[in-house]
Amino acid sequence: MPAITDADLLRVTDSGLYCERGDFYVDPWRRVPRAVITHAHADHARTGCDRYLCATEGKLVLRTRLGGSAPIDTLRRGERLSINGVTVSLHPAGHLLGSAQVRIEHGGTTWVVTGDYKLHADPTCASFEPVPCDVFVTESTFGLPIYRWQSPDTIAGEINAWWRANRDAGRTSVLLAYALGKAQRLAAMVDPSIGPIVGHGAVMKLVEAYRSSGVRLPPIDRVPPRARRVGDGRALVIAPPSVLGTSWLNLFGESSVAMASGWMTLRGVRRRRGFEKGFAVSDHADFPGLLTAIEATGARRVLATHGFSDALARYLRETKGLDAEVLPTRFSGEATPDAAVAEASDDEAAEEVPSEADA
Amino acid sequence: MKAFTNLYWALDGTTSTTDKVAALREYFAVAAPHDAACALEVLSGGRQLRSVSTGQLRAWASEVTGFPEWLVEECYAHVGDLAETLALVLPEADAPTAPSEAPGLAETMQQTIHDLRGADDDRKREVVTAVWRRLAPRERIVWHKLLTGGLRVGVSRTLVARALAELAGIDQAEMAHRLMGDPPADGEAFSRLLAAEAAVDNRRPYPFLLASPLDRPAPEHVAEDLGDVTAWQAEWKWDGMRAQIVRRGDDAAVWSRGEELINEAFPDIVAAAATLPPGTVLDGEILAVRDGRLLGFTTVSKRAGRKRVTKHVLADMPCVFVAYDLLEADGVDLRSRPLIDRRQRLEAMVPTGFDEVLDGRVMIEAGRLMRSPIVAGTSWPDLAAARQESRARGVEGLMLKRRSSGYASGRTRGDWWKWKVEPLEIDAVLLYAQAGHGRRAGLHSDYTLGVWDGDRLVTIAKAYSGLTDAEIVEIDRIVRATTLEKHGPVRICTPTVVMQLAFEGVSRSTRHKSGVAVRFPRIVRWRRDKHPSEAGTLADLTRMIPSEG
Repeated sequence: MPAITDADLLRVTDSGLYCERGDFYVDPWRRVPRAVITHAHADHARTGCDRYLCATEGKLVLRTRLGGSAPIDTLRRGERLSINGVTVSLHPAGHLLGSAQVRIEHGGTTWVVTGDYKLHADPTCASFEPVPCDVFVTESTFGLPIYRWQSPDTIAGEINAWWRANRDAGRTSVLLAYALGKAQRLAAMVDPSIGPIVGHGAVMKLVEAYRSSGVRLPPIDRVPPRARRVGDGRALVIAPPSVLGTSWLNLFGESSVAMASGWMTLRGVRRRRGFEKGFAVSDHADFPGLLTAIEATGARRVLATHGFSDALARYLRETKGLDAEVLPTRFSGEATPDAAVAEASDDEAAEEVPSEADA
Repeated sequence: MKAFTNLYWALDGTTSTTDKVAALREYFAVAAPHDAACALEVLSGGRQLRSVSTGQLRAWASEVTGFPEWLVEECYAHVGDLAETLALVLPEADAPTAPSEAPGLAETMQQTIHDLRGADDDRKREVVTAVWRRLAPRERIVWHKLLTGGLRVGVSRTLVARALAELAGIDQAEMAHRLMGDPPADGEAFSRLLAAEAAVDNRRPYPFLLASPLDRPAPEHVAEDLGDVTAWQAEWKWDGMRAQIVRRGDDAAVWSRGEELINEAFPDIVAAAATLPPGTVLDGEILAVRDGRLLGFTTVSKRAGRKRVTKHVLADMPCVFVAYDLLEADGVDLRSRPLIDRRQRLEAMVPTGFDEVLDGRVMIEAGRLMRSPIVAGTSWPDLAAARQESRARGVEGLMLKRRSSGYASGRTRGDWWKWKVEPLEIDAVLLYAQAGHGRRAGLHSDYTLGVWDGDRLVTIAKAYSGLTDAEIVEIDRIVRATTLEKHGPVRICTPTVVMQLAFEGVSRSTRHKSGVAVRFPRIVRWRRDKHPSEAGTLADLTRMIPSEG
């Protein structure tokens, strides 16, 4: 077996991204003895590993998602841990509460694995922190220049305006969003003076985890068990997309349903799913965000994964002169909102809009 | 332009007809008349000419953004709509105009679209990039579509007529009639459209009554659903071009169903129409004939597409007008009279031109104007048997019209039914797929299908419809996973998917590698149970060509 060099400190195996020298995995997709977790979304945090490591702020959320009693070790922001002689530390990724980039250093070579990240402000989690490195393993979910988010304030304004107009017309506003991360962020973004906020059960479980972790959120009502009718058309209901097409929505009487997802940038995606309204709000970096983050690391080598990795790597190679390529994980290749659903059949994987099968 | 953009997105954002009508009414109520006239032309799908090529737009977008052209193409392949791709890829507008100074639709179209025709490339580039700096992404999408002649709005003429009728406070049928023919050329003409009393244009046709397909075409169901056979008049369903002859005053006008005046393409029919008494309007079909046999829609549409019809063309593709309804006689609107009365008067005015002894040969020598014969049948089994002769006669099936019915406007269900022959079918293999548009943007939903010619697969048809949304998503995934080559939005894939394809006929053609073309191809179902090796062959198809079968 050839010696491990620091140039391939991490490599992809059948179980995931593996650091052989430290004998641990980052976001493995199979059961492994030791998993370093960037964040608690189902496509990054699988159950069944013997031992987990995550950021301190994310422990409760991760426990809520994983259940069970497997030990979860934590690291404070920037705190260094040596795993078999490899230095590991976690740095905010801005994706959701406790989301972290994993910095891995050995023999003078530093790698950073981002997991999912965004650069825009999010009141429910620490902001993305650029970490200098030699090799940057970046997500590229929205790695095409058509994806360029509006500022969170602008989006919040649009959501508030939609909610207010619905309220004035006596229509409940139903905002579909992934139960972990996006739902809590939206609750913190909107103007609670417009009306009451109501959370679906799946959302509330994580709202509790957020609150217990010290995140301030506005009052959010639960849907009472066996309720027949909820609210009087003034509420903003935050629910996962899986409620679409189910009788659960009937609880709210006349309603307007909108989807909150970066994929809502495209008219075709919104129309195909039959959403009346879509808000292009994402917890991933947009194209300019990816470029900014990459540049800030000073990395000469960039490995793109999760999404439009081909396009992003080629652009970085040809236009920015970087040593960029696709990291061939099971998440490489094209992320279309439709195809991505197949990969992550678990409930709230990151950012996918629901497939017809869910709806 | 802003108001029109808002209208476009309002229409795009709803499937409710009530909401669409409301959006139209609100737009037309406040739009300046000249902008309204312009919008009406766009909404009615008026001829749109492209001023710049999509290639130029892509190249300029690449220059402006600094993104290489391949990356713009990559975006297009993902989005599936060029207007939208460019709108999103371009930087934010840095020179937006104040709402009060923003030019209206008419002015925008004149200055940034019509005036570009014939301009040199530098000038075009200058105008286009200046507009980009002015418009927000959602405005850019609409403007790009206007610029490239690709604007389609999901709103029917009926809805436009309804909105304008409500606005003008007049009857919807009256508005539909006023809207027939050329759209208003300017603001003044638009204002006249909304006037309480409209001046009558001598040439204006009536709104066409459109037939609906039978929900249950099996003969036993037709008998069950339509009841007493004597209540119905059966005719052949012609494979030609629907048209209306309007003969009033000294004028004879021939209108297509798309409400284009087609006199120039059909001088033979205009000449025959001129022999009708003034104050006559006939509804019918233009058919192409050779040696007494019908040539089908393809030939008629070739004639219609000619700018100049030469003697040679007239001799090569002679056409006749087969009249099946009389809408006006002696200047009197007959549309509210029962069909049985209109038919009687039609028979007195227009001769038959089909020789029933000779299997329906067309006697073109007798004149270019003839009436559509009634298909005899005193029972549903008789008519079902006649329907089976359709392919041999070169028609598409039967039309069933209620004898007691008036001539309604638009697609009014219940009085006119199409009873087409069962389609032909073959199992074909998916060879290429292209990203779709609109609702299917980003999904590979436009398929090119092929059949076996010996040991290779040859393309025979493109088909877009017939699958469920869930199946389209699934096939998109297969296409991506089995891609052999990418050519922009088109992917060549490993043959794995078999589709059952229905079509109306087969003819020789140079369009496809197979040398044959099928008419109106559509997908019946995805044959998951079939392996590509079990798909149909070219020999199967050629056997279906009438003269070679």
